[in-house]
Amino acid sequence: MTELKNELIRHSAADLAAKLAAREVSAVEVTQAHLDRIADVDGQINAFLHVNTEEALAVAAEVDAARAAGGAAAEELHALAGVPIAVKDLIVTIGQPTTAGSKILEGWHSPYDATVIKKLRAAKMPILGKTNLDEFAMGSSTEHSAYGPTRNPWDLDRIPGGSGGGSAAAVAAFEAPLALGTDTGGSIRQPGAVTGTVGVKPTYGAVSRYGAIAMASSLDQIGPVSRTVLDSALLQEVIGGHDPFDSTSLTDPFDNLAAAARVGNVAGMKIGIIKELHGEGYQAGVENRFNESLQLLKDAGAEIVEVSCPNLKYALGAYYLIMPSEASSNLAKFDGVRYGLRALPQDGPMTIERVMGATRAAGFGDEVKRRIILGTYALSAGYYDAYYGSAQKVRTLIQRDFDAAFSNADVLISPTAPTTAFKLGEKANDPLAMYLNDVATIPANMAGIPGLSLPGGLADEDGLPVGVQLLAPARQDARLYRVGAVLESILEEKWGGPLLAQAPELKTPALGAASNSAGGSN
Amino acid sequence: MAAINRDDVAHLARLAHIEMSAEELDRMAVELAVIVDSVKSVSEAAGEDVPATSHPIPLTNVFREDVVGHTFTAEQALSGAPDAYENRFKVPAILDED
Repeated sequence: MTELKNELIRHSAADLAAKLAAREVSAVEVTQAHLDRIADVDGQINAFLHVNTEEALAVAAEVDAARAAGGAAAEELHALAGVPIAVKDLIVTIGQPTTAGSKILEGWHSPYDATVIKKLRAAKMPILGKTNLDEFAMGSSTEHSAYGPTRNPWDLDRIPGGSGGGSAAAVAAFEAPLALGTDTGGSIRQPGAVTGTVGVKPTYGAVSRYGAIAMASSLDQIGPVSRTVLDSALLQEVIGGHDPFDSTSLTDPFDNLAAAARVGNVAGMKIGIIKELHGEGYQAGVENRFNESLQLLKDAGAEIVEVSCPNLKYALGAYYLIMPSEASSNLAKFDGVRYGLRALPQDGPMTIERVMGATRAAGFGDEVKRRIILGTYALSAGYYDAYYGSAQKVRTLIQRDFDAAFSNADVLISPTAPTTAFKLGEKANDPLAMYLNDVATIPANMAGIPGLSLPGGLADEDGLPVGVQLLAPARQDARLYRVGAVLESILEEKWGGPLLAQAPELKTPALGAASNSAGGSN
Repeated sequence: MAAINRDDVAHLARLAHIEMSAEELDRMAVELAVIVDSVKSVSEAAGEDVPATSHPIPLTNVFREDVVGHTFTAEQALSGAPDAYENRFKVPAILDED
């Protein structure tokens, strides 16, 4: 049985879907195998803040019943029906708590589902639980979670990236075949890079943000997390599409993504290396794996060109003005009145203003406070033009740079992150060093264009995963999946299998090593 | 552009409704000064003639039919409230006087 379970959790979502459709395996078996894996290893990883056992098994049983009944009930099932998924705890769900990784929302239950959750429910994909994140998605390591950090399955002393470290680690540790993330400056792609998994930030507006607790509304985007490029394409097709509840939602169709992942060639495509996003400041092993991917794409018939985006040097600075400005406004609603924590002042008059001050002091962690103060500063009278206004102009310059680059290339390519996973605590007291992790991912959010990170191999010096990032023009998400799937297939041929096959085995009770069982409650 | 100092942080914390201890103000002031210094170059990046981008993919006139859609019941709306009374959010005194 252990053998069978171990096999089940290692399949891609696409393979599981095929096995389910062929009735080789039941949705309950698949879901239970992942719940067992969570119980076995999540004590070490801390990817899950909540495990949704009963509901997940009930949804799986519905899928099995529909398949068993045959006829219309079986015909109507979505291709991914019965394939389980984990959800970043920034996305609201009925029936499970949503914390955003913050004490201020501890125990809070949303009275509504996010649009992406409604779509998962319509597709009958069992939701395994909610995954850990930096508080309100502010961070690059999950160390800013109020519920303890998530650990990288490749090395438990290292960070899994962030803010979506829980989703990436869950997928890397075979606790879930798929997960949802959110990406404001790299929170899907950078965790993907450092855990050897795939993560995609779709075009801004391609996936509804309704029900994702907002950090920076003009930058936030929900997207897929998976172990294969095709799986992310399949998941983006489930969660994407126009939503009247999100006024920034696009009406364009994005229905050719899985097909693009199956095209299987890049011959004649022009792939642009962004001059400013590699070289100095990038770890040698990252640079080596990146150059190797370039050579492989060239061997596969792609034309490699160099492009320059000179204004990217301002992107990080502009991001750290726009994001906190929007975050300080978005987080004003956490005031101890309508939901979440209420803390009372220790002494003095008990006015609502003082209750707000005490609540936000007790409920928010340091990084959230830093960003709120920074945003309040950037938006204050006398500074607005110099800070927020200038940063918005930089966004225009970055968009123009990308427009020019895409006139010479179909997709652009760079390392996803400048380094491999660093040690827990290494950058905890240096906010600026932490921010530099996102130097290569932030530009896509600033411009609204889609980006994908896939595993590019292991760095020679530390044996840890390196991510390769692909960028495409707005609305051309399909190009990412086409090129990404080809590169993935060439690399896997070279490695003799998926990169995650090289990850160390996690200790499980079945292997006789004692470990904490049960990740979270149900 | 002016550097950010401890008094600024204290003022901003009041505006943002976050109570801060003396120790926290000291630490925040140092950290924020470093961050603000690192973003200074942004104000020199773009000339007067560059338009601002507020949303990456601008959409205009996003309307819907003027009909009542989904609404929460009072019970749902109050379900996460720290305190409620007779279908209303209950808060401490709004005015700073007896």
